[in-house]
Amino acid sequence: MASDKIKILIDKYFEAETTSVEEKELSAYFKSGDVSQELESYKPLFQYLNEAKKEQFTGSVPLKPRKFNYRWLSVAAVAVLAFGIYFGKNYQEQREAEFAYNETKRALQLLAQNLDRGNQKVAYLNEFEKTKQKIYKHN
Amino acid sequence: MTQGEFLDVVMPFKDKLYRLAKRLLVSREEAEDATQEVLLKLWNKNSDMGEYRNIEAFAMTMTKNFCLDKLKSKHASNLKLVHSNYAEAGGGLQQQVEALDSLSWVERIMEELPEQQKLVMQLRDVEEYDFEEIATLLNMKPNTVRVSLSRARKAVREKLLEKHNYGIG
Repeated sequence: MASDKIKILIDKYFEAETTSVEEKELSAYFKSGDVSQELESYKPLFQYLNEAKKEQFTGSVPLKPRKFNYRWLSVAAVAVLAFGIYFGKNYQEQREAEFAYNETKRALQLLAQNLDRGNQKVAYLNEFEKTKQKIYKHN
Repeated sequence: MTQGEFLDVVMPFKDKLYRLAKRLLVSREEAEDATQEVLLKLWNKNSDMGEYRNIEAFAMTMTKNFCLDKLKSKHASNLKLVHSNYAEAGGGLQQQVEALDSLSWVERIMEELPEQQKLVMQLRDVEEYDFEEIATLLNMKPNTVRVSLSRARKAVREKLLEKHNYGIG
């Protein structure tokens, strides 16, 4: 008989000698609607324990961010600053060099332009010279 | 450990902490406060949490200690939690109906157990820990756990049968 076995388990249960498996068996037995009359009085206990397992924590878990360590913040700030100055300086130097390069290029271009113009004038002069030579030879 | 990882670790057993706190403190709000408090403490300890092999067991022990301290300070300031809860028991119809309900009757019976027995019974019959685990959690010998559990169960049975024989349930 199922209920005979349950009765034995119940006795063991109150002596705290049941194993986890046996306790699960008891719990399942009382969960089923089919509980023998003599064991009826234990029903509330096991039903309650079953219910108690379902209770849940509904509160929130408000985790404050861990206390901030300002010493490390200052270390980080110094590092950022140092990098900033280093790379900032590099960048500025590069900008300056670029500027100088562009200026030089412009100046040279101007020079080349003017030289070109000079060449043209010289070419014109050459023409004059040639004509002059021709006239000299004819004479 | 980031916040997300911490929550992943803590989520599976947070209900257990809450139920343990509620078993000891009885009131829902106080149990929720206690649970939050314990989780926060755990979070602040976060950096050395790797040292604890079993975070769940550690958190359970923390909850137990926290609640027992709380109860102690309550008794010291003469605020009796358990009795304040019963004060209105005879009052509204709602409470009378509730008192008749056999499940909450069992809960009341368990409220009256000594703290040690409450703890043992909660850990075994609700959370289904084995004796070794309970012994570690409560810093007891496994055999003492067994004795205490048997006493708790028998005390509940006695009250329950009393009630059953009166035919109230």
